[in-house]
Amino acid sequence: MTSADNLRAFKRDGRIVIVGASLAGLRAAEALRAEGFTGSLTMIGDETCEPYDRPPLSKQVLTGWVPAGDTTLPRRRDVNAEWLLGVPASGLDLATNHVRLADGREVPFDRVLISTGVRARPWFVESEAALDGVFVLRTREHAEGLQQALAAGPSRVLVIGAGFTGSEIASICRERDIAVTVAELAPAPLVGALGAMIGDVAADLQRAHGVDLRCGVKVTRLEGDDQGRLRRAHFDDGSTVDADVAVVALGGIRNTEWLRESGLAAGPWGIACDTGCRALTLDGLITDDVFVAGDVARCPNPIYEYRLISLEHWANAVEQAEVAAHNMVSGQADRWPHLSIPAFWSIQFGVNIKSVGVPTFADEVVVTQGSVADRRFVAAYGYRGRVTAAVSFNNAKWLDHYRQLIETAAPFPPPSPTPDQPVDMKPVPVDFPGPVLLAQGATVVVTGHDPSERRVTAAQQNR
Amino acid sequence: MRVVVDLSRCQGYAQCAFLAPEVFRMHGEEALMYHPSPDDARREQVLRAAAACPVQAILVDQLEDRDVPAEAAQS
Repeated sequence: MTSADNLRAFKRDGRIVIVGASLAGLRAAEALRAEGFTGSLTMIGDETCEPYDRPPLSKQVLTGWVPAGDTTLPRRRDVNAEWLLGVPASGLDLATNHVRLADGREVPFDRVLISTGVRARPWFVESEAALDGVFVLRTREHAEGLQQALAAGPSRVLVIGAGFTGSEIASICRERDIAVTVAELAPAPLVGALGAMIGDVAADLQRAHGVDLRCGVKVTRLEGDDQGRLRRAHFDDGSTVDADVAVVALGGIRNTEWLRESGLAAGPWGIACDTGCRALTLDGLITDDVFVAGDVARCPNPIYEYRLISLEHWANAVEQAEVAAHNMVSGQADRWPHLSIPAFWSIQFGVNIKSVGVPTFADEVVVTQGSVADRRFVAAYGYRGRVTAAVSFNNAKWLDHYRQLIETAAPFPPPSPTPDQPVDMKPVPVDFPGPVLLAQGATVVVTGHDPSERRVTAAQQNR
Repeated sequence: MRVVVDLSRCQGYAQCAFLAPEVFRMHGEEALMYHPSPDDARREQVLRAAAACPVQAILVDQLEDRDVPAEAAQS
């Protein structure tokens, strides 16, 4: 049999298992059927419900507008799958091609897609995390519980961690007229993702909306009362705050522990894969039958010097799932690379914050359009003289322009595309730990729009 | 019915908020908030909003009867 015959037979009656039944898993399942896969499809998920959308949980659901259970994702087509829900996968055996479930069942496959995502990082002291009023926010149940706690009218909410999720929760509290304290170890909110300049803007935004923002402090202890209810938090500077609700928003942990014995390059950083979403082994060898998509995937991006990057972004999960699905049912010559430029959004304090590119891959940042004081601007990020990212506050229409600058390795700082160029447009250091020990690697450009047309071309160094 | 908006694509044109104001709301100048499970009675409105979106960011359920997982149907 030729490999083309094998592929046809596999598409007709092969067995595909998708581990992780959230956004990436569902979109991959739909794409597999759209690609003409008629074999058996099994969806494994640790939650008991069908795939739902997470971004509304920290926004529409927390405001009380949308019930947490109303976030089920729309379907583009029937996926005709067997659903094994409510039981997590506990192992992957690549010698016999089986997924092991926590209840002992074994599910055989010819090809497997791993999209197990991320879970909320819990508070580090278990007894304090168990206090009534202490929450994390990742699942529907979390959102439902937190929404009810906010609706009960707490005297004060403490948000631990001022990343995107923490900032969005603080924003909702202010919208609901609830007193809120935000504690952040860094000098400003969002600073780890967007750098010091935007961090200062975000700090002003929070304080202007009445948030008690405390930066450069660490929460050392959550204190409960006799009934096991939260009543106070202690900080490392000796101060305290009384609060009956605390939300631990310290980011996520990638769900890769179940792959510890699998021989895959999986760990806290994610699962390494190629741009075609094929997983790497611990030795760095490519696998043929194991694919990865979504928050757990750690994929090289040619634009960023082929660094392995994992992204907890909605659009990345969707795009990567479609590329993975296509490649699972395609021969080598027809495979697509996942070459999209990362894109992200956050809605907080009435501002639409969006980004393209990788803002942490930068050494300088400059406001190119609009006015920071008006909270309506675009800032471009550059690394060694080329544009690598952009962030907009209430100016999303321009981000596509910056995406093209990133794809074409345009020089930094870029000229302003509009007449509202700030008068003092001067790049400043981006001020977070930038990339270190870089080789003078190839600079590349990405061309093409559809996944089938996306290609990388090596370009001459522009210096 | 089910709706999801690709907010990384959304540019805040607000056409949807004009055409189906109970389902799509602007939050501040350009941020969009939407109801992911609007009442079926609003289907026509929502479909019109999806068709009018200049960046085609609105996805509406394409299926009448989906293969709802048994476990989910019970819960």
